[in-house]
Amino acid sequence: PAAINTLGMASLRLCAGLAGHRSRLCVRSLRTLSGMTVSQIVEEVAKLLKLKAQIGGDEGKHQFTLKTAKGTRDYNPKQMAIRERVFNTIIRCFKRHGAEPMDTPVFELKETLTGKYGEDSKLIYDLKDQGGELLSLRYDLTVPFTRYLAMNKITNIKRYHIAKVYRRDNPAMTRGRYREFYQCDFDIAGQYDPMIPDAECLKIVHEILSELELGDFRIKVNDRRILDGMFAVCGVPDDKFRTICSTVDKLDKMSWEDVKSDMIGQYVSMQGGMDLAERLLQDAKMSQSKQAYLQLFQVTDKVVFDLSLARGLDYYTGVIYEAILTQNGPVNVAATQNGVEEKAEEGVSSMAGGGRYDGLVGMFDPKGRKVPCVGVSIERVFSIMEPTWPRQQQCAFPG
Amino acid sequence: MINLGMASLRLYAGLVGCRSGSCARSLRTLSGMTVSQIDEEVAKLLELKVQLGGDEGRHQFTLKTAKGTRDYNPKQMAIREKVFNTIISCFKRHGAENIDTPVFELKETLTGKYGEDSKLIYDLKDQGGELLSLRYDLTVPFARYLAMNKVTNIKRYHIAKVYRRDNPAMTRGRYREFYQCDFDIAGQYDPMIPDAECLKIVHEILSELELGDFRIKVNDRRILDGMFAVCGVPDDKFRTICSTVDKLDKMSWEDVRSEMVKEKGLSEEAADQIGQYVSLQGGMDLAERLLQDAKMSQSKQACAGLTDMKQLFSYLQLFQVTDKVVFDLSLARGLDYYTGVIYEAILTQTGPVPVAAAQNGAGEKAEEGVSVGSVAGGGRYDGLVGMFDPKGRKVPCVGVSIGIERVFSIMEQKAEASAEKVRTTETQVMVASAQKNLLEERLRLTAELWNAGIKAEVMYKKNPKLLSQLQHCEDSGIPLVAILGEQELKDGVVKLRTVHSREEIDVSRAKLVEEIKRRTSDV
Repeated sequence: PAAINTLGMASLRLCAGLAGHRSRLCVRSLRTLSGMTVSQIVEEVAKLLKLKAQIGGDEGKHQFTLKTAKGTRDYNPKQMAIRERVFNTIIRCFKRHGAEPMDTPVFELKETLTGKYGEDSKLIYDLKDQGGELLSLRYDLTVPFTRYLAMNKITNIKRYHIAKVYRRDNPAMTRGRYREFYQCDFDIAGQYDPMIPDAECLKIVHEILSELELGDFRIKVNDRRILDGMFAVCGVPDDKFRTICSTVDKLDKMSWEDVKSDMIGQYVSMQGGMDLAERLLQDAKMSQSKQAYLQLFQVTDKVVFDLSLARGLDYYTGVIYEAILTQNGPVNVAATQNGVEEKAEEGVSSMAGGGRYDGLVGMFDPKGRKVPCVGVSIERVFSIMEPTWPRQQQCAFPG
Repeated sequence: MINLGMASLRLYAGLVGCRSGSCARSLRTLSGMTVSQIDEEVAKLLELKVQLGGDEGRHQFTLKTAKGTRDYNPKQMAIREKVFNTIISCFKRHGAENIDTPVFELKETLTGKYGEDSKLIYDLKDQGGELLSLRYDLTVPFARYLAMNKVTNIKRYHIAKVYRRDNPAMTRGRYREFYQCDFDIAGQYDPMIPDAECLKIVHEILSELELGDFRIKVNDRRILDGMFAVCGVPDDKFRTICSTVDKLDKMSWEDVRSEMVKEKGLSEEAADQIGQYVSLQGGMDLAERLLQDAKMSQSKQACAGLTDMKQLFSYLQLFQVTDKVVFDLSLARGLDYYTGVIYEAILTQTGPVPVAAAQNGAGEKAEEGVSVGSVAGGGRYDGLVGMFDPKGRKVPCVGVSIGIERVFSIMEQKAEASAEKVRTTETQVMVASAQKNLLEERLRLTAELWNAGIKAEVMYKKNPKLLSQLQHCEDSGIPLVAILGEQELKDGVVKLRTVHSREEIDVSRAKLVEEIKRRTSDV
């Protein structure tokens, strides 16, 4: 009886807590409690807790943490002002090159995104199955773009798209990596003479990064076909190819030693200029013509051939590039001589990336019709532009 | 068994494309496998196939956007940009700052805020982390932002997409993903002044967008609650009866009354008494009359609301917007969190109402041309921030949300009907040549123009025909062409051609940028 009374009192307190001031019911409960068995009490408590969960905690009082979702943030008015300035610069550049704007929904049919991102597919946010279509939040703006092209049977377009994308990363928020973040994409779709649109994409990266005045930068360029050729020469089995590509891509975050054990070795640690492509291979002619265009566009001062650039995403088929800010100005000569381990100290922050992806639209088109595409995606600009990153306030309130 | 082996082989080959050196090996071992081993292998392969997302290189699915969502093509974006510019310049005219929030919130942030509409919230799948939901509006995230940052006073606008698992009637411009443009004033102020400013903003925006005639219906939660009380609606049925009364703009009174009595369990008497009030519309005069009404004046709440309503109309007169504002007792606005004044703006279609349609009755309301749905709505919500604040501190808020999708639909229809061509790019100059082997020169000149900030395009062909380059200018609306030729290069000039007049003049290379800038600033 004493035990039951204690349980009864606990139950009463629980009941009172749940119902707040409208707890006239509770007095009744106490009277009947003396007649209840332990198992009946347990059942009642379970029911009450379920009810509490349903109504979402005490009405009128917070029962939860006041925060944004992990990896996401608000923009206050000051930050919005910076954002507006940055977007205006970027949009001005896109428009200068004759791009049209477009927009797509924040989520796509899950099947639209399936099979497009290789190993990164596990980072996609899915929506709950609520009885309708299975949906996922877009992971980038490129796959939606190719879906749009196939759906509308478009063969030629130069477009820009600025919107947020979603990745269930483990974000290093101090380095400005989030789960929800803006991408500013510029893409040219269509069958054209080789390398001209590719070179224009690089020109755009150069223009934007220069106009944003974020400091010195480098645009690393490589080519999937060169990588393929290189790996083939070094005897990487075909079925390991994509995995190795992703591993190589991590070179700017992991030390060479860690990567080396799976890897090919000396070919990947070189950086250099035009002679590199000639020395290594068969698509040298392609690379040369691109280099010539880059000279005409006056951007070769920042462009660097880098064989270690692999760009994890599966859908690239030709040229690939990545722009990084170099924290302390031009690349330190001693650092390059030390090898890849020193890369982190250079202050690597990837600002833009892209490449040619000729096979993606064909994956959507019912007849498999190809529309060659090349493009670039600018991201992470805000975190660089804001000197002090405001910490998200967290207020945890115990129930 | 051989057949199964061959099928397996083909499947495998399909999966890995051309790099199938190991396939031959598979066939040789197959003859030694049992049926169950084969089953196991097939199952493994099919699982792998699912992982790869179907046959590589071929579509296996429907090519579409999710239900209730749509893409915006460049023409639609051009319209959208114009509409946003009009709205944003209005918000800025009234001194509002801009903020943004994430597309999803913690599920618990949105729980308990939307009443009956909560079932329309999109949840994210539980993937092992926090439980998340897509935002349903911009108001609750705003209240969360205020509490989180301990902000007590702010005037802010926020334009972004929100998500509702409605059954959208997409032909009427209702979607599951759609833009809202919100303007809100948070802070403790003298009554009704900020509320009146919100209505002034709705009036300005709808007028400037030139969508045709509109009405702004105004009511007050306190008046509604007071009315329910004096009509005999039990306390615990207030909110649910409110939701039903709100449907009066879509359903007939008979149907609404039926729902109140049959579904919500209201007495017929109470329903009839409500019926007498909700048909009333007017201005300050109606508020005055109701204050004198024997039944209504019994409710302190209603009287407070009616007094404020009179105050509101006096400010609206000063703001010169009373021509479009109507005090309408049937306005109930579904959302739970309103505590004071509520309003909704509807477009009244221009032009004569087709007689046949008008005779069809309320079910056909849309076709009557009486209204094409609401284009803006809002109200006062004093209790919402307190639900988030740890100490329950209240921050009174009032705001308005512009239903911009309806506006887009209308503007798109107008654009289609008009002969005027909408440009989707802003390119000023096409860099072209009639002769072969001048790609390098074209690229060099284009880069010079870009470096000077001029919007220029060049065709991605080594030797394009002049005609196709000129055609591109016609199609895109590009006004100028800079034509390079061997002779011109030798002479250090560029032929500058005006597309619509076909006039051409030679301009020196050195003066080209200046000349282009001069001409494009005239436009």
